[in-house]
Amino acid sequence: MPVATVNFTPVPALAGGLLIGIAAAALLFLNGRLAGISGIVAGLFEPAGETSAEGRSVRGTFVAGLIAGGAVLLVAWPAAFEAIDPAPATVLRFALAGLIVGFGSRLGGGCTSGHGVCGLSRRSVRSLAATLTFMAAAIAVVLVRLHLPGWVR
Amino acid sequence: MKGPALRNAAAFGSGLVFSLGLGIAGMTRPSKVIGFLDLFGAWDPSLVLVMGGAVFVGLVSFALILRRASPVLVSRFVLPARHSLDARLFLGSALFGVGWGLAGVCPGPALVAAVTGSVPVLAFVAAMAAGLVAADRFAPGRDGDEETAAAPPPALAVTLPATVAPQPPPAVRETTCG
Repeated sequence: MPVATVNFTPVPALAGGLLIGIAAAALLFLNGRLAGISGIVAGLFEPAGETSAEGRSVRGTFVAGLIAGGAVLLVAWPAAFEAIDPAPATVLRFALAGLIVGFGSRLGGGCTSGHGVCGLSRRSVRSLAATLTFMAAAIAVVLVRLHLPGWVR
Repeated sequence: MKGPALRNAAAFGSGLVFSLGLGIAGMTRPSKVIGFLDLFGAWDPSLVLVMGGAVFVGLVSFALILRRASPVLVSRFVLPARHSLDARLFLGSALFGVGWGLAGVCPGPALVAAVTGSVPVLAFVAAMAAGLVAADRFAPGRDGDEETAAAPPPALAVTLPATVAPQPPPAVRETTCG
């Protein structure tokens, strides 16, 4: 397969990955929790009785940290973001994708961070199965969207 | 437990560093993620290094951390209770993958990129929240996580009945994996 060396950015990719790992390790070391984003966000919507006050506030501040990091990036590393065409079809596609991502990650108990990073780091067989499954599904969807003839799309 | 302010500061710092990692790695750009998922086009292997780097740090550090009796700022680790490979795991993960491939965005990067005010990203975040809530409402039965006081003797905290609520609560339904 042709590897697009023009797009390959090994140094920032590895540096970013190491930072993600360090952040996940810090949350486990200090707060005893796994940095699984979909679970953390879902926990914010749970009824107060089903979760501890400590869990709720820690999840809230973790998400606040994520968003604050976005603000820092906006100023210090604007290359982190790209303009996305706000055409109605694109907005609709992103909304549909978000809905499926939310539902699926909750059903499957994790997403790229919870299964892909934290789960694999815990050597969880469930997370390995989940990661292989969502990778295969995502690769298949991109294959259909980008490479199959128009009548399939 | 010691100091809620300290716990919140630690979580905030972790979220901040996690976010910077996602941004520097390029995960916050849908085109970058699609480039990785596009195995049959001009494949961009960058994400192998993102995940590889994160999991490398995780494999080494998690093993050491989970050997401790407890985390630093709270008394217990909160870890997933479910261990079986079931239909829920595969169906949910397959759906997640479909959504990921459709937009090139997953939950963490979506929250980080939301600061740009991009309408498609904001639509993704709002719909994702709806999807998370919908799964809890229409497909309940998800196991909570278990709190373990210590890694070597994990039995005590788990076997307590959930109905009594002493201090600290023994088997609170927690949702951290994700």
